[in-house]
Amino acid sequence: MNPIAEAPPKSFSVKPKLDAEGEPLGELLEVSMGPHHPSTHGVFRMDVVLDGEEVVKLKPVFGYLHRNHEKIAEGISYLSTMPYTDRLDYFCSMTNNWAYALTIEKLAGLAVPERAEYIRVIMAELTRLQNHTCLIGFFAQDMGALGTPMMYAFREREKILDLFESVSGARMMCNYMRFGGVRVDVNDAWLAKAKKVTDEYGKFLDEFDAFLTANEILLARTQGVGVLTGDLAVNAAITGPMLRAAGVNYDLRKVDKYGIYGRFDFKVPVGAHGDIYDRYMVRVLEMRESIKILQQALRDIPAGPFMDPKAKLRGFRPKPGEVYGRVEGPKGELGFYVISDGSPNPYRYRVRPPSFINLTILEDMCLGHKISDAVVILGSVDIVLGEVDR
Amino acid sequence: METLEQIKARLEQALPAAKLDILPNECPAGDRSLLVAPSAGFAVARFLRDDPQLKLDYCSNVTGIDWPPATTKTKVKKKVVVEGVEKEVEETIETQRPGCLEVVYHLYSMALKHGPVVLRMRTQNREDQTHLPSLTPLWRGAEFQEREIYDLYGVLFDGHPDLRRILMWDEFTGFPMRRDYVAPDDFEYEPTPHDKVLELAKKHYPPEVAP
Amino acid sequence: MLGEQIIRGMAVTARNFFGSYVSKERLTTVQYPEERLEQCGNTRQFPMLIYDEDPEKGLRCVACTICEKECPPQCIYIVKSKDKKPDYKGQPQLYPAIFDIDVSVCMSCSICVEVCPFESIKMNTEFELSTDDRFEGLLLHKSDLAKSNEYYRKVHPDDARESDAVLAAEKAKAEAKAKAAAEAKAAAEAKAKAAAAAPLTAPAATPAATPPPPTAGK
Repeated sequence: MNPIAEAPPKSFSVKPKLDAEGEPLGELLEVSMGPHHPSTHGVFRMDVVLDGEEVVKLKPVFGYLHRNHEKIAEGISYLSTMPYTDRLDYFCSMTNNWAYALTIEKLAGLAVPERAEYIRVIMAELTRLQNHTCLIGFFAQDMGALGTPMMYAFREREKILDLFESVSGARMMCNYMRFGGVRVDVNDAWLAKAKKVTDEYGKFLDEFDAFLTANEILLARTQGVGVLTGDLAVNAAITGPMLRAAGVNYDLRKVDKYGIYGRFDFKVPVGAHGDIYDRYMVRVLEMRESIKILQQALRDIPAGPFMDPKAKLRGFRPKPGEVYGRVEGPKGELGFYVISDGSPNPYRYRVRPPSFINLTILEDMCLGHKISDAVVILGSVDIVLGEVDR
Repeated sequence: METLEQIKARLEQALPAAKLDILPNECPAGDRSLLVAPSAGFAVARFLRDDPQLKLDYCSNVTGIDWPPATTKTKVKKKVVVEGVEKEVEETIETQRPGCLEVVYHLYSMALKHGPVVLRMRTQNREDQTHLPSLTPLWRGAEFQEREIYDLYGVLFDGHPDLRRILMWDEFTGFPMRRDYVAPDDFEYEPTPHDKVLELAKKHYPPEVAP
Repeated sequence: MLGEQIIRGMAVTARNFFGSYVSKERLTTVQYPEERLEQCGNTRQFPMLIYDEDPEKGLRCVACTICEKECPPQCIYIVKSKDKKPDYKGQPQLYPAIFDIDVSVCMSCSICVEVCPFESIKMNTEFELSTDDRFEGLLLHKSDLAKSNEYYRKVHPDDARESDAVLAAEKAKAEAKAKAAAEAKAAAEAKAKAAAAAPLTAPAATPAATPPPPTAGK
């Protein structure tokens, strides 16, 4: 019997603390950290029951951004769903596009040329860089740094978004990957610019590190807070940097080796304690590993076609069948499960959202901590409501 | 990882009461799935999670699918004797597929880094017998996903610790992701109504106001 | 010393703050709307229809409605015309009587641009479309969407060059085909004329010199 999973949730019947005579010390206060809140990373609500300042019950409520993406996809063609996948995790549109393209290529048996694979890896690692940068900015702001680290993070992130804009036409909603390759090719000028941004990113990370990593306030607020053990993380299907901070070495780039990730030499940072500080450090180290991958990919990218010549834009009908494809997004495992029945539209289209599932143990992590810690713990889970609600 | 046939054989050995089927998958890159009757679903899942060779401790994805009742026509060639001459005729056979709701679990192993094993369970029908065993006591990760399937499809999970609506608001009626769900059409003013949207708008607004 | 790292962090902030007065790298904002950042060459905002010389007669769109069908949020509305007008190759084609795009629905995915076979719908770079008319203000009609080819060359020079090259190639192919057809027709007419004139001048011609049947010189 697995004692972790089969024990009932701790917080269902909560009573206030009792004093020496057995009388309740006060009333419990129920606060709705409502959907309009600057720290909840989107329209997300937490119904928190407080005993003084301590959290005794926390129920996350979401669905405010539910746009029935899965049902829309059943009504339009496969290609038309691609711009909608941009808007799932709106910070990482390139990764969402790649996950969807990968799934449909598996379904239809399309081959991807090598140059397109390198371009995809470059875009995905740039996305990981800008997502983690942005997240550290938000994380510092949640702790009260009032915007300064966030603005520095956004300044660097704009350099990467400028790269995305010059190749695909849009900063965030890129709509760049196609089934069988990418939409347009990258030219040498773009590769030179990307190399410059990558090489200078290390310097920015050093400055950011000097700023935050050993900062006493950050250490005091994050070490030992929001601890997540490895066993609970695996059982609760947590993936991504949260899982690796809890001590489990499971990174899809190393396990599945999708695309051409088998060719790159990079390490996977794994944490030891599972608290918030470990999650922060795992993300910082992942950024440095991403820079390594980018430098290798930009050096080795071959010439060649950027799109499978046999792939069709219009009238694309994959054969019947079902497939589940997954990639390691910056937030965790992003999976797409598609069932095709031979028609131009999918029969069932499902997105496996990492942020949605990472919220399962939010309550477990927050119990016993103060309410201000609850905000920081939520920030370290790294949710994006576009993905949670779809 | 062993093949699905080997897993099925070992499951049938360990749990003789379980009724298992291997469903084919026409896509060559996809995985075939193991269809389990709901009565044995929990026991089969527990075996898959705790077995030392499989150790499927990571329930990656839980999906709900709606199969409304449908008839499939297949053309079959048959040899028929017509006036003493043997001829080959094509006959269309109609098979009725009863409606059901289906839940698919994709199980992986983080300990042994293999997978997936795809587990499927089907309800009896889409109207009243929509109960399935919940696998949340085995994998916490299925908690929110099963709630979502209850919310959007109407599958009731027995044994789920907290089964209530998750994406829609609590007072909502209906199950939006079902294939026969009709969305309410009392929307606000639509600036470019044409075709279907125009017809629906005309039904709600009197003729002189309708766009 | 307690607080040492905080002081080091403040040094970074100070470097950024004072640096923003001297270095352009550190100062990354502009005073919009008086100053504007230069838009990237490839940027895409909302669609526009291209015309060659005249907004009515030179409109490239032939109302094939492929973009209407492929548009993911279905924001394009086309009504075909009843008559035809000649296109850039000289062939009579339909044109759109009504071409509306609802830019409050459009998500700038540019799938309409990718599937258009006639190089007629392209992405514009203008994004300052805000209006206080809630109902009709964001519905762009054919007259708002039609932009000249010169404007297209100005906003997207590289794409316009490619588009012009594609159209020039198509036109050259059509002209070459027309020329070959005209030459074949002229050759057949000349042969028929020569054969008709032959029996009058050479009555003792051999039976083999019978006039050849008139070939269809199309």
